[in-house]
Amino acid sequence: MKKRVILPLVAALAVTATVGTAFGDGHANADPAIKARQAQMSLVAYNMGILGAMAKGETEFSTETATAAAESLAKVAKLDRSILWTDGTVQGEVPGTRAKAEIWTDAAGFEKAAVGLETAADGLVVAAGQDLDALRAAMQAAGASCGTCHKAYRGPKN
Amino acid sequence: MIRVLLRLALFTAAVAGLAFWAVTRPATLPADTALPAGDPVNGALVFAAAGCASCHAEPGSGSPDAPVLSGGRAFKTDFGTFYAPNISPDPDAGIGSWTEVDFARALTKGVSPDGQHYYPAFPYTAYAFMTPQDTGDLLAYMRTLPASPTVSQPHDLGFPFSIRRGLGVWKVLNQSADYHLQGELSEQEVRGRYIAEGLAHCSECHTERDALGGLNRSRWMAGAPSPTGKGRIPNITPGVLGWSEADLTAYFTSGLTPEYDSAGGDMAVVIENLAKLPEADRAALAAYMLRIETVR
Repeated sequence: MKKRVILPLVAALAVTATVGTAFGDGHANADPAIKARQAQMSLVAYNMGILGAMAKGETEFSTETATAAAESLAKVAKLDRSILWTDGTVQGEVPGTRAKAEIWTDAAGFEKAAVGLETAADGLVVAAGQDLDALRAAMQAAGASCGTCHKAYRGPKN
Repeated sequence: MIRVLLRLALFTAAVAGLAFWAVTRPATLPADTALPAGDPVNGALVFAAAGCASCHAEPGSGSPDAPVLSGGRAFKTDFGTFYAPNISPDPDAGIGSWTEVDFARALTKGVSPDGQHYYPAFPYTAYAFMTPQDTGDLLAYMRTLPASPTVSQPHDLGFPFSIRRGLGVWKVLNQSADYHLQGELSEQEVRGRYIAEGLAHCSECHTERDALGGLNRSRWMAGAPSPTGKGRIPNITPGVLGWSEADLTAYFTSGLTPEYDSAGGDMAVVIENLAKLPEADRAALAAYMLRIETVR
């Protein structure tokens, strides 16, 4: 049991370490809030990766593993945004972030997009308890929610 | 002697002029061209695959199912600024008065109903491959969309690019008579090629261009500078991208990369369109992407 908990955790940390920079611009001295939300994105990617591998047929569908990943994702999606998206941590003003100013100028729209991720993650939890077809449909919806938010609120790579 | 030379020069100029006139004459379709009866349901899929709304819809206007194709989006290029025209069914401001022949000629020949060449910001070199059935279906669908009275803006181009007639030469140089990917292809790969090289016109962004804006076909889909100046449009040839067929299909469906990042920028919009297609079409597109040559 211990091994089953530790392995994903180690993997998650490894993914955070290696992928984390890919979401920002690789600045080591970024604001702690920027680092924290990039870690959040890494955890989203890690759990989506477990579900995506099943959806693609690369790994066998397992209700247990899929539920574990989807529930983790659903929790990560609900992290309190008020302390993650702090004022001024915007692309162009501080290093290491692609967060667009619209996150703050269009706070209602950003909130709606963020709730979209929560809803999509909850949909994945339900689908994980069903079957592969349900999971694949829920992955498409989850991907769309990622894209909707990134399209509006993530700036270009520099 | 001078008189002879002068005459020769005049003659040469006349011949060149005639040749230019002949070469640059906008193509026509036979007046009795008839498109098959259009099916707006399939037309909606053609519309999505061809990405029409990405350029012609006013952002935030209409509903996702009924975009208002009033145009207006600006495209800054080395030649000047192009403005997407109104292609809504409005009879005056849009294309509501067009016949089927007008529509097919515009899409597949890049020529307006009044016989002017269109600028290739409009990807007719790709739409040239569109089947008559898909063309008819597309028109049937577009006639169901809301009309907009917004008047199209003229392009803002410098000389000599402002002379439309010269585009006849550009077309001779750049309109490919056949698909880029050749060889023995499966039925699925043929379908993928039709979507990639025809409807979805992937190479318009993913292939670099020469000084006159023609595609450098020796570097097919090997990436290009971004027109916005920031970043680069990626090389998506198989050996460089390194994605599996499942990765590609999943990306076209959900916009998620194998690293579970999501598509950004203009590609996010392309994914929204591709996600509307039947899964078999996305798989066909993936099969095509794995068949093209790797260019480093």
